[in-house]
Amino acid sequence: MADLTSDFVGIKSPNPFWLASAPPTDKEYNVRRAFEAGWGGVVWKTLGSEGPPVVNVNGPRYGAIYGADRRLLGLNNIELITDRDLYTNLEEIKRVKADYPDRAIVVSIMVPCEEAAWKAILPLVEDTGADGIELNFGCPHGMSERGMGAAVGQVPEYIEMVTRWCKQYYSKPVIVKLTPNITDIRKPAAAAKAGGADAVSLINTINSITSVNLDTMSPEPSIDGQGSHGGYCGPAVKPIAMSMVSEIARGEETRGIPISGIGGITTWRDAAEFITLGCGNVQVCTAAMTYGFKIVQEMISGLSDWMDEKGHTSVADFQGAAVPNVTDWQYLNLNYVAKAKINQDLCISCGRCFAACEDTSHQAISMSEGRVFEVIDGECVACNLCVNVCPVEDCITMEAMAPGTVDPRTGNVVEPDYANWTTHPNNPSATAAE
Amino acid sequence: MTHSPLTPGLAAGRLDDVEYAENFSDLHPALDAHEALVAADRCYFCHDAPCITACPTDIDIPLFIRQIATGTPDAAAKTILSQNIMGGMCARVCPTETLCEEACVREKAEGKPVLIGQLQRYATDHLQDKGVHPFTRAAATGKRVAVVGAGPAGLACAHRLAMLGHEVVVMDARPKPGGLNEYGIAAYKTPEGFAQAEVDWLLGIGGISLQHDTALGRDVTLEGLKGDYDAVFLGMGLGGVNALAIDGGDKDGVRDAVDFIADLRQTSDLTTLPVGRDVVVIGGGMTAVDAAVQAKLLGALNVTLAYRRGRDRMNASVFEQDLAASKGVRIMTHVVPRAMHGNGAVREIEFEYVNPDMSGTGQTVRVAADQVLRAIGQLLVGEGLPDLAQGKIAVTGAGRTSVDGIWAGGDCASGGDDLTVTAVAEGRDAAMDIHESLTGAAV
Repeated sequence: MADLTSDFVGIKSPNPFWLASAPPTDKEYNVRRAFEAGWGGVVWKTLGSEGPPVVNVNGPRYGAIYGADRRLLGLNNIELITDRDLYTNLEEIKRVKADYPDRAIVVSIMVPCEEAAWKAILPLVEDTGADGIELNFGCPHGMSERGMGAAVGQVPEYIEMVTRWCKQYYSKPVIVKLTPNITDIRKPAAAAKAGGADAVSLINTINSITSVNLDTMSPEPSIDGQGSHGGYCGPAVKPIAMSMVSEIARGEETRGIPISGIGGITTWRDAAEFITLGCGNVQVCTAAMTYGFKIVQEMISGLSDWMDEKGHTSVADFQGAAVPNVTDWQYLNLNYVAKAKINQDLCISCGRCFAACEDTSHQAISMSEGRVFEVIDGECVACNLCVNVCPVEDCITMEAMAPGTVDPRTGNVVEPDYANWTTHPNNPSATAAE
Repeated sequence: MTHSPLTPGLAAGRLDDVEYAENFSDLHPALDAHEALVAADRCYFCHDAPCITACPTDIDIPLFIRQIATGTPDAAAKTILSQNIMGGMCARVCPTETLCEEACVREKAEGKPVLIGQLQRYATDHLQDKGVHPFTRAAATGKRVAVVGAGPAGLACAHRLAMLGHEVVVMDARPKPGGLNEYGIAAYKTPEGFAQAEVDWLLGIGGISLQHDTALGRDVTLEGLKGDYDAVFLGMGLGGVNALAIDGGDKDGVRDAVDFIADLRQTSDLTTLPVGRDVVVIGGGMTAVDAAVQAKLLGALNVTLAYRRGRDRMNASVFEQDLAASKGVRIMTHVVPRAMHGNGAVREIEFEYVNPDMSGTGQTVRVAADQVLRAIGQLLVGEGLPDLAQGKIAVTGAGRTSVDGIWAGGDCASGGDDLTVTAVAEGRDAAMDIHESLTGAAV
């Protein structure tokens, strides 16, 4: 079995699967259950300043988007940071850490954007023996209205400033959690780096309204007929999160900063994908909230089996392996030509590829007697829509054309050499090919 | 319970009340809302879907399933009913495994089709349970049409004609409308008075009057109808049964399966219905299976279905054959009845084993039988009918007979399978043709 042990900015855990700062990590009871189930670490639900804790709404906190059979695809929430007393949390953290020294416990913190507030809480957290802190600059609802959470995360200068304070008043690793509710994720990441952060974690949740009740005209989740944008998470946000992770992993200013990946990770495969895009570990929330803590067993066995199959002995072996392949559109090889191919043995003749191509694409699939569907190579631009809508795995594939053959659509010979838009004759600002 | 399955001869009350209730409850219980959503989510919304092609009434199945999936079952029902006004009954009795569900691409992919029949029932029940009739009549045309037979063909024809603005009179020889839906289909396929409820709902369109106990040839004549109405549609089904001319074939305890089923459908108390201890049903069609299964469910100890060819040639679908087998009906094949034995009442039936070409093998077998049900096919009865073809009213196009102004459809007309859904399609299409012929307007 592959070695799954993880060392993320000096924080060790038996596997790279941490629970993200959220309801599952709000108290000792849950965290002990998580550790018993096998989670490598937790980021304790965000602590606020000493004093009367925040209050939550007393109606629904969550809204959901479903796929077939009520499979939960996306979840949003309007819950705030922990609504339990600061000292209760600190005592529990200390106790759990003492009992589970091999597991990672990172404490999420959100206090007002004032040096005194950070200076006050950091020693208290340091005293728990926790392995590090995560700065919650991402929470998009409620706390942001009070100048915290995403309100800080959306201003790079604040991120840098607060990160500096934390590095000054706290001795262990500082992870800055980023909000995706921003135009360019590289800016806050660079600010965190400039402030001395040991790592960034992303993404926090996305501003969202999951649905509108058409009888009451209230957004969901509805509190007495009204709703507020909540933070969206779950499988639906994974593509957005992975893109943001990859931008940081390959950005000029941000490259090299350790990343803890978050966003819709549901299976070992999702986790592996985040790691290939540069993450040192991953954090999970919605999947655990949907299925319970036991899913970590599948994540551990799945990642381990895949690593064995690929000959990876540690997570570091494949960390960032896909980063060099993330590029700008302008550098994609325009000489690469593919055609869709339908495997007639697998085809069940549903005709969805035909409807999609005929109605909305390039009229490149023919339908003939007996419901036989075939690709017309002379029309196929290899858009992949047929592959995407086909309900049968591997029935339609994209096959690369061999160099030297003629693309019947363009009449051009497929060139063996790489060539991209920057040198393309149609590009007004093309630079001459050397 | 005065008797048990072991009581010899014909006897009623072989079971207790709970057993009767269980045996004759819904064969396929209705899907609940969640089950319907799960089932609907499996539909791929195929292009030019093969299930539509397989449906004799061309229901837009992917559309109605999508309407269910998006929470609008009443819209789904309208999609169904606009093509098939008896969509509720067809959802219950159609051999979907040889029609839409056989054509479903998920049958091809996984051997598990989308539950089209049950989804159709979910939608139609949802609308009909509200008592809503979703169609309205066009402006009156002043034309009057006589429909003979209040079965699926006649009612479908009448409804479409009424919708198009014609006045329709539907006559039926029986005291209740519904035809085979009311008298001829196994009780467990349409429990709780659904057949009558559907007719009542269908008549909600208005413009249709029913004349029961009115038989063609006895109470009215085709000539008379032709004179009194602007058009006539014949949908009276097959009123007669094929005879079984063998030694002892007239002994007590021998009767037609259709009568056995009709009695069962019309009784208000199943415990009063006598059934044999050893029942033999002769035939291989849906009627034979319906009779055999229900004999078993009434408490017969042994029920044998005897068919002259192999199972692959039976008109009853594989699903029906399996249903019979699962209820404990024994299926004998390649046997032809040669004689019935017994002193007054039948005690045994003697079969000869036959070759695939129907030639005798000389080997015989006797099977205990205190009740024998004949289900060897039905036939058209009546005189002065339009020209016949293979014993049925010859039709061309949308039910046109050899006589101008007379249309026919359903089991009494040539062509098409003898299925409820086929009868509905033929009645509907004849109505469209009648409308065009009466008004000159194609719809």
